[in-house]
Amino acid sequence: MTDSAETKEPNAIENPHVAALNEAFGPVESSIFRGQQRVIVPAEKSFDALSLLKTRGFDLLVDVSCVDYLEYRGAKHRYGLVYLLASTSGNQRLTVRVFVDDPEPTVASVVPLWEGANWLEREVWDLFGIHFTGHPDLRRLVMPEEFTAHPLRKDYPLQGRGERHNFPVITRDHS
Amino acid sequence: MAVAQSGSTGLELPENVVVSRLDELASWCRKNSLWPMPFATACCGIELMATGAAKHDLARFGAEVFRFSPRQCDLMIVAGRVVMKMLPVLQRIWQQMHEPKWCISMGACASTGGVFDTYAVVQGIDRFIPVDMYVPGCPPRPEQLIQAIIDLQDKIQQEGTRTGREFNTHQRQDRKRALVECPEILSLDASRNPNLQRELSSSVTNTN
Repeated sequence: MTDSAETKEPNAIENPHVAALNEAFGPVESSIFRGQQRVIVPAEKSFDALSLLKTRGFDLLVDVSCVDYLEYRGAKHRYGLVYLLASTSGNQRLTVRVFVDDPEPTVASVVPLWEGANWLEREVWDLFGIHFTGHPDLRRLVMPEEFTAHPLRKDYPLQGRGERHNFPVITRDHS
Repeated sequence: MAVAQSGSTGLELPENVVVSRLDELASWCRKNSLWPMPFATACCGIELMATGAAKHDLARFGAEVFRFSPRQCDLMIVAGRVVMKMLPVLQRIWQQMHEPKWCISMGACASTGGVFDTYAVVQGIDRFIPVDMYVPGCPPRPEQLIQAIIDLQDKIQQEGTRTGREFNTHQRQDRKRALVECPEILSLDASRNPNLQRELSSSVTNTN
């Protein structure tokens, strides 16, 4: 989509879902990027906002992801959670962002709303260390259970802290 | 197969009798009936399959019987990168294989970690299990794997003993164990790279 087409998009306030969020939770920050409606909700209201959006037809949670904004220019918060919602009946999509910060980045789990959030939130917990309160089974998803770090955080070294070589050595004598 | 001349022993042997050492006979049997255990985790596994398929025909070297149970195998071919979550599985399967057994590390990733120099990928399986042959390549062509199997056959023939004495090579394994994780990789290049030197000195002062 070209830039000129973006300027012709309706103003963010005209989106009925954003308007509903504004009505329920006060003014929320919203924008449109390449035709996609994005909205930022405060962390403490994220569960209520997402349940409101679910009642408004967003029945499909496409993805839960996270971005670490450590040393990112202009960033006010450390972590940005991304919820990609879709409405299968209304054929609409909405990106909901929630910002959380150290030392205890915490946000409410949306597993009660969308069952599919279970493993998505486990992955975010595993790789970014975001704690999801109310999650039924918040264990690591991709890294080994005994792993202690959250490796997709920007302050974690790419080559790790030696975890990858912390294994017993099997020699010919052992085997 | 070495054949003793009947004349040297002073014995009269019929012409259809061959004299050899039992070690050589055992090695000759073993090397020509290798049963591979395919530990294929990545694209090297595709080349491994091609090696076993009709065109390259690993059966020419007696190693076509791929078994998916470690109990039935004596040659583990690790084809692909091994992540730290997979390594305990690899070690367990290696331990489940019966002696005598050999291991081929196929491709750059299995041998050194390859391009995956990250927190999750083991930088060479030889740090944790014994490896007999390394195959370079990313991925290696089937011919290279076949060459490794031929070389391994030579090794089995030359070093093999009926009792498996050749596996008790402490020094060889101790060398592998000396490969420990080195977090200060920067220091290797610091002498000729002023940027790295600065970084290194600043990191040293930070830790102080």
